[in-house]
Amino acid sequence: MTNENISISTHDLRCQFGEVRAVDGITFEVQTGTLFGFLGPNGAGKTTTIRLLLGLLEPDGGSAQVLGYDVRTQADQIRLNCGALLEQSGLYERLSAEDNLDLFGRIWHIPTEQRAQRIKELLEKMGLYERRKETVNTWSRGMKQKLAVVRTLMHNPRLVFLDEPTAGLDPVAAASLRDDLVDLARQHGVTVFLTTHNLAEAEKICDRVAVINKGKLLTVGSPDELRLRKSTHSLTVVGRGFSPEVMAALRAMPEVEAVELQDRHLVVHFKQETDSGNLVQFLAGKGVMIDEVRKGKASLEEAFLALLEEKE
Amino acid sequence: MIQDILILIRKEWKEVIFQRAGGRQSWVSILILLALLGVYLPYMNGVDWLHNPTALFAWAWVPLFMTIGLVVDAFAGERERHTLETLLATRLSDTSILLGKIAASVLYAWSISVICALLGAITINVLFPSGTFQFYNAGMFFGGIAAVLLIAILISSIGVFVSLKAPTVRQAHQKLSFSIMVVWFVPFILLQAFPDKVQDFFVSIAPLLENNLPLIIGGLFLLLVVADAAVLLLAKKRFQRTRLILE
Repeated sequence: MTNENISISTHDLRCQFGEVRAVDGITFEVQTGTLFGFLGPNGAGKTTTIRLLLGLLEPDGGSAQVLGYDVRTQADQIRLNCGALLEQSGLYERLSAEDNLDLFGRIWHIPTEQRAQRIKELLEKMGLYERRKETVNTWSRGMKQKLAVVRTLMHNPRLVFLDEPTAGLDPVAAASLRDDLVDLARQHGVTVFLTTHNLAEAEKICDRVAVINKGKLLTVGSPDELRLRKSTHSLTVVGRGFSPEVMAALRAMPEVEAVELQDRHLVVHFKQETDSGNLVQFLAGKGVMIDEVRKGKASLEEAFLALLEEKE
Repeated sequence: MIQDILILIRKEWKEVIFQRAGGRQSWVSILILLALLGVYLPYMNGVDWLHNPTALFAWAWVPLFMTIGLVVDAFAGERERHTLETLLATRLSDTSILLGKIAASVLYAWSISVICALLGAITINVLFPSGTFQFYNAGMFFGGIAAVLLIAILISSIGVFVSLKAPTVRQAHQKLSFSIMVVWFVPFILLQAFPDKVQDFFVSIAPLLENNLPLIIGGLFLLLVVADAAVLLLAKKRFQRTRLILE
């Protein structure tokens, strides 16, 4: 894989504040044009990692390249090619929405005509164009958040860092922003590095996720890989006709660990990974009317919590 | 870099001066200042306004007051309003941000001072016409605007330096006001504290100083230039993204 395919690469990256190891030897890669979720509880080291990657903090050890530029020596180039929405929206609240975007357009030296066009295009997309002349301090938190995201994209960056981008947004706006982020990555090849506490969101849109806690990287992988690690070997069968004989026969099977029946839901726990087809066939043979079969699969949230507990 | 500095000047003026309190308060205070220094004082002094050096002192203090409000906001204000980190995460270089912040308050104060001086000359010509256009003595006018520029740079640089360290605008304001009071009043207090013999010595050499006024003024200008350069360098050394983020 060439360097062009890797937008972020860190190796044993470290940052310490006094006795506290905010980032403790993390190593990971983010592929270009993907959505990368950086997950972790409060104070895990997510924001410090973003600051290190933007060259806003000096690492105490290790190395990191962003878009091929070294965070220590080429931070100017990194900031030139990246957009960032940090912990705070960072909007100039005494200025209008249009003036805020105009300022950042100027900072990135976007020519006047293109700047006006881009502002219109982005504000229209977010449904904010009609209110562009209002000062930002009169806006709701959700509107400000949308504007902050728009500002991040103003100069068509190759990589965007988004710290909790959907925080404060209503469900419709959050869903729309998620779609836009996916579109950015899929259609425009922009790499998105986002931190979020919303694990359902990460599960939905991220190609890969990393979990960090107390400065240490616990795991990196696709949401599916993470879920599978936590997945229980179980099968849920929804149906009718779970007679005592069927239940006894199931319990007698050597691969079955436990069987639970609640209303029409039968949950079978296996001792290990087992071919569920045989069991379904067995139940059908015993006259059970099967409506639905679900294989036990943990959510990303369950996997995340289990991972944190495991590493404590 | 010049373009980036201009972008920051524009932003500072737009945000801090003209949008504060909806913009009205700032415009009113500027208009009051122009009316006072550009119309009322010249009217009261008459033609003397153009030839008496007190005029120079009358508008030399203007930048002191004009810069304080703006310059304390430079970094402490951005920090207080949580916009500093976003600004630091842009492509702007450290030097552009620092010089842009200083230049915004220097140019604001300096331009108002120059406008006041020119307005004063217009007032005199309108109210006390003499048949020909009357203006300040060239040396006094250019010396005055150069002095105002140097003082504005000094105060802005000290202000930015203070603002870099202060967590809030209020603290920056207090620190800067105190620093200026120290610079302004300590020499006078020290002079009073000297024994009578030393004070008599100063009185005895006063005529000598008057005879060498151009030399003394030149020396004071040189001192201001050196002080400006020193404070600018200190501020530049103090301005480090990695430190600002953590403060």
